[in-house]
Amino acid sequence: MSFPGLPPEPPDPANPAAIGLATVTQPQDTAAAVASGMLPAGKPRSTFRRGLEVFVENKLAVAGVGIFVFMLLFCFVGPLIYRTNQLRVNFAFQELPPSAGHPLGTDANGFDVLGRLMIAGQVSLEVGIAAALLATIVGVFWGAVAGYAGGFVDGIMMRLVDSMLSIPTLLFALVVVSMVTPSKPILILVIALTSWLTTSRLVRGEALSLRTRDYVQAMRVMGGGGSRAVLRHIAPNAIGTIMVNATFQVADAIALIVTLSYLGVGIRPPQTDWGGMLSDGVQYVSDGYWWLILPAGFCIVIVIAAAIFIGEGLRDAVEVRLQRR
Amino acid sequence: MAVFLIRRVLQSLVVILLVTLITFALLRLIPGNPAIAVMGPSAYRNPAAIAQFNRVYGFNRPWYVQYWIWLDHLLHLNLGYSWKLNQSVVSLLGGHLPKTVFLVGISVILALIIAVPIGVLQAVRRNKIVDHFFNGFSTIFYAMPAFLLGILLILVFAIKFPIFPPEGPQGEGVSVLFTNFNALVLPIASLTLVTIALFSRYMRSSVLDNLTEDYVRTAKAKGAGERRILLRHVLRNSLIPIATLLGLSLPAVIAGALITESVFNYPGMGYLFYQSVLNQDYPVLLGLTIVVALATVVGSLLADIAYAVLDPRVRYA
Repeated sequence: MSFPGLPPEPPDPANPAAIGLATVTQPQDTAAAVASGMLPAGKPRSTFRRGLEVFVENKLAVAGVGIFVFMLLFCFVGPLIYRTNQLRVNFAFQELPPSAGHPLGTDANGFDVLGRLMIAGQVSLEVGIAAALLATIVGVFWGAVAGYAGGFVDGIMMRLVDSMLSIPTLLFALVVVSMVTPSKPILILVIALTSWLTTSRLVRGEALSLRTRDYVQAMRVMGGGGSRAVLRHIAPNAIGTIMVNATFQVADAIALIVTLSYLGVGIRPPQTDWGGMLSDGVQYVSDGYWWLILPAGFCIVIVIAAAIFIGEGLRDAVEVRLQRR
Repeated sequence: MAVFLIRRVLQSLVVILLVTLITFALLRLIPGNPAIAVMGPSAYRNPAAIAQFNRVYGFNRPWYVQYWIWLDHLLHLNLGYSWKLNQSVVSLLGGHLPKTVFLVGISVILALIIAVPIGVLQAVRRNKIVDHFFNGFSTIFYAMPAFLLGILLILVFAIKFPIFPPEGPQGEGVSVLFTNFNALVLPIASLTLVTIALFSRYMRSSVLDNLTEDYVRTAKAKGAGERRILLRHVLRNSLIPIATLLGLSLPAVIAGALITESVFNYPGMGYLFYQSVLNQDYPVLLGLTIVVALATVVGSLLADIAYAVLDPRVRYA
């Protein structure tokens, strides 16, 4: 379940190790790193490098990256290695339990479930990632313009965001999807257009504080325009917040696409995604065909959990006060 | 306080006005002709009937006049008419809304009762086994789409071990909720679990935030015991963000209720909404959207006011 509209949780301030207060051994660490040539002596490490160090210390975040990469390979490279028939319906192989020939059994159409998980995952991941990217772009643009413009324009733009946020994303998406025939590009568009709102709020907040910074003021004095301020100064400096938010957007977008497909208004047959597989499988739930439900459910949960772990790791990584210097 | 209240209420009114504009725009964006949607494609052969329909329902007027009429109807609690169900949206709501309010209300209260102690426990025992256990628990349910949780509950508690029925209480009226309590268990459990996952994460970080505050150190220096500090100082302050959370999470909980109701055939507002999506019954969809949006705006307004009452610093910010 996704919770759009809520601010991300603050990092753990009571964790002295994470903030770097209790790191007594730190000078030796740095010295050792410099001595072994890992770090250039005398030169401060970049913000990116320091952030990376915080990120890799978070085991869950690293595991999240591992799981996400594995699932991408599973879905996109898997079908090249594990070749199965996913085109021709064969009732002779209907609803077979797992066996050596079909490690996860077959579904009502005689399709191999393991092979189907791979091609279904392609849709879930493609739509989820593309929608999150698009939502991030729209949200960053909207938020940066509103925050930079300020005043009346900002008020109107943000009240629009408020009012769209007051309609739950799922309801909004359902209404729009009921009006169109969903295909992959349309679903990406619908999900993106209903989930850019939180991003825009965050970026607006950043823009409000960034626009008063000296370097932005200096650029204005030198004759730079508003679009330059937004594109070259405000958006790049909010990149940390944006990246963290984009990762959570991926989790939300995947949750939304599988939910829409489960409700029967997402991707249409013969294409399917994990939500669609669950929607088919749930019809046989009383027959005890667990392999039609549990594998797809497992894929959904670990992909979304992985995205959340990565997002939490990134959030700590861009938090400057958590970085060692 | 008065200035804060007036400003906040005015802001909410602007948001509500925009919500009605967006909803009205969605109503206009529906492909095709409303007359055809109601009377069927064969009406194309009878242009006189289409013209008559448009005249009766005002579809021949300019859009701003239509918006005005629609807004006027809204203010008179006329949310439109479902031609497909041959009932007014308001009477449909009267039958379905109480059931959703019941489901959401019970689940949110249960979730609060369970999530607050869990969050406090996690914060106090930070990075201990208990913390990791509940962290894993809340992450799994946070990452699990609500419909999947519903399916799993049905699989285990209705099919494998047939303790509870796989469906919510069926039938007309609110009274069925009380005569068929067994059927309520799984839908409520499903919605409660996802809500706990959300609340306990916030409670944990809220308590952690407060544990590092100066007043905790002061209380400790004055010799207050652990229990007193936790219950009298930290818990009270940590509950403040929960007020905001309750207001903000309303859309998420309503979305969760929609899915839970669809999975368990629980005949509430979410189920009605879902059926209307499948039937393309737009008057119902937009009527319900307006109601939910209004509830959300009012919810977040109340949350902000509660916050200002609980934390006086906010008023002067």
